[in-house]
Amino acid sequence: MNLLEVSHLKKYYETHKAVDDISFSIQQGSIFGLLGPNGAGKTTLLRMLTGIFYPDEGKITFNGHPFDPEKDIQYIGYMPEERGLYKKMMVGEQTLYLAQLKGLSKKEATSSIKYWFDKFDINSWYTKKVDELSKGMQQKVQFISTVLHKPKLLILDEPFTGLDPINSEMIKQEIFNLSKEGTTIIFSTHRMEQVEEICDHIMLVNKGQKILDGSVAGIKQEFKQGLFKVGLGTMPNPAQMATWHFNIIETHDKAFTVKLNEDSTTNDILLHFIRQDIPVTYFEEILPTINEVFIKQVKQTEEADLKTAPVLS
Amino acid sequence: MNKILIIIKREFLTRIRKKSFLVTTLLVPLAFAAMIIVPILLATGDNEKKRIAVIDQSGLFENKFPDEKGIYFKYLPANQSFDSLKANYESQGFQGVLFIPKFDLERPSGFEFYSKGQANITLEHEINKQINDVIENKRLAEQGLDPAKLKELRSDAEVVFKNGKEDKKGSSLVAYGVGYASGFIIYFVLLLFGTTVMRGVMEEKVNRISEVMVSSVRPFQLMMGKIVGIGAVGLLQFLIWGVLITVIYTIIIPLFISPEVMQAASQGTSTVDQAKAAEMVKNISQVMGSINWGLLIPCFFLYFLGGYLFYSSLYAAVGSLANEDATDIQQLSFPITVPIIIGIMIMIKSVQNPESSLAVWGSIIPFTSPIVMMTRLPYGVPGTVPYWQLGLSFICLIGGFILTTWLAGKIYRTGILLYGKKITLKEAMKWIVKRN
Repeated sequence: MNLLEVSHLKKYYETHKAVDDISFSIQQGSIFGLLGPNGAGKTTLLRMLTGIFYPDEGKITFNGHPFDPEKDIQYIGYMPEERGLYKKMMVGEQTLYLAQLKGLSKKEATSSIKYWFDKFDINSWYTKKVDELSKGMQQKVQFISTVLHKPKLLILDEPFTGLDPINSEMIKQEIFNLSKEGTTIIFSTHRMEQVEEICDHIMLVNKGQKILDGSVAGIKQEFKQGLFKVGLGTMPNPAQMATWHFNIIETHDKAFTVKLNEDSTTNDILLHFIRQDIPVTYFEEILPTINEVFIKQVKQTEEADLKTAPVLS
Repeated sequence: MNKILIIIKREFLTRIRKKSFLVTTLLVPLAFAAMIIVPILLATGDNEKKRIAVIDQSGLFENKFPDEKGIYFKYLPANQSFDSLKANYESQGFQGVLFIPKFDLERPSGFEFYSKGQANITLEHEINKQINDVIENKRLAEQGLDPAKLKELRSDAEVVFKNGKEDKKGSSLVAYGVGYASGFIIYFVLLLFGTTVMRGVMEEKVNRISEVMVSSVRPFQLMMGKIVGIGAVGLLQFLIWGVLITVIYTIIIPLFISPEVMQAASQGTSTVDQAKAAEMVKNISQVMGSINWGLLIPCFFLYFLGGYLFYSSLYAAVGSLANEDATDIQQLSFPITVPIIIGIMIMIKSVQNPESSLAVWGSIIPFTSPIVMMTRLPYGVPGTVPYWQLGLSFICLIGGFILTTWLAGKIYRTGILLYGKKITLKEAMKWIVKRN
């Protein structure tokens, strides 16, 4: 079941199209990566999903009904990229306040705060003022205050900035846990290595438009270039390498990266080495990283823009 | 609980828990008490006697100076050396030496007073007056006129100014004072609480809380919550001030003032020493009695609330345009501060002439009405301020704050989410007409 369905969403500003006809859907319990360079329209898109902005056009369906910001906001937890806390307020009061604004009663909020403070072992912070905490500690408090009301949809915009590796790992585990418990998560970032590690599904946007979306594995398959790495017991002499089945892209220490030619199969590569009696120690397919796909796709759309630009102006 | 109530509660509680709240809340009534008690105490308590040595070479002044107001004159032989007395007057128990040379009655000059410290104003005034009185009397006598007869001929009739409607003695001086004070207080609190709202909004924006907040509440709820919360702090403060000042006026001040002074004030009779203090007490109770506090105090609260709502939403809008750079804010808030300052300028004119058309219109147009109307009200309703003016002024103010809140809400909503960009007022104006 899809928790969120977005169709033909548009938001135009005076000078540019921030979100230009974007459609996608997110399955309940999945972790959805929203990728794009700076200024691609990610924040505007997220602000429409959290009811902060109204779309100019298009439809958002949340949990099976048309999105109603006034009510559905209770089921959404949003940690924006530009985030902060009241510096002079005590950590406990602050989290209680934010939880109550999400519609929790004082009792519910207190027990939820206790649960998370126990979990992160930060009960001693309860009476500390926010500005007595380090940046990383504040980030933890911020994360907790985003999930206190058990949101159905959790939107995290660059959640790991300012966190050390240990705390990053901790938050990452919590993201996985929440996802297992059925929380749907939108994870917006431009840090690609995190996307591959965390997300099931991604969408790439640039200049307000969707360039690409799909499962992480599917996208890697779609953008693979027929590259393989072959590990060899002994390195052959160049004369032994003449073949129409593949080209050598890179030579390593006792290994080659090769590109398979069209109409050939992986077995053709293996057969080539076996016939020459060169021992194969390993054989693996090289899939593109999401980072490579991202850079390639962004460049491609920019080149396309450059070509069409003179026509437009 | 309603979200806006949660916001109001936070804004209210965090502010009244601050030490600065406690300090200002207590300091103001204390300052009020000091303003009344200190002059009265000074007037009653200044009983120090001054003995002045007099060398009268003219022979005209012997025993002519009365010993009053704590000043006693001791006449020394006319041949006493002024210079030697200057050196040792203190050891003889004097606080100063007055030297009167032989002089021409037509052109009196050459009088000298000597003391080591600076002579105080009362003493200076007294001695001048005494000398001139004696000279005047002498001149009158030479013209064959009797000074006592002249005194009898002097007129001291007083015109009694009454208010049109009320049969109570009105005093334009009291109305002037009370009007000036209330206009000024409104001016002060509008600026004070307006900028408090502005700083609160700035704080939220600079600390990057705004976007977290508006993912839970509507921007308008956030803005109104802040405005109402801070306004409630202001009301509470006024309430405490009102109670404390009443307590001080009715209970504490009488403790400081001796019963004789109070009695003297109420009966109008007084001994020489207590005359000043009694007069002050009388003046104060006259001020308190001649003003229609039952009307003035509710109006003060209404104009404070109306003016506060009118301006604070504008200040909130300006706060939402702020960036880390605090100098922008002065520039941006300038257009809001200008009408308040114009208000105080009209107020200064109106307090002198509360029925001029400048005063009337100033007290109806909502930009200036809270300040100007509060200045006019002590002159009397419906005498100086007819009911229709008061009513119209209220309606305009209510309409005005609905309008400013609506406009400010539109600017605020966009402003709090824009980071790292310098926003001009012109740009902000466009957001008002932008659909969303």
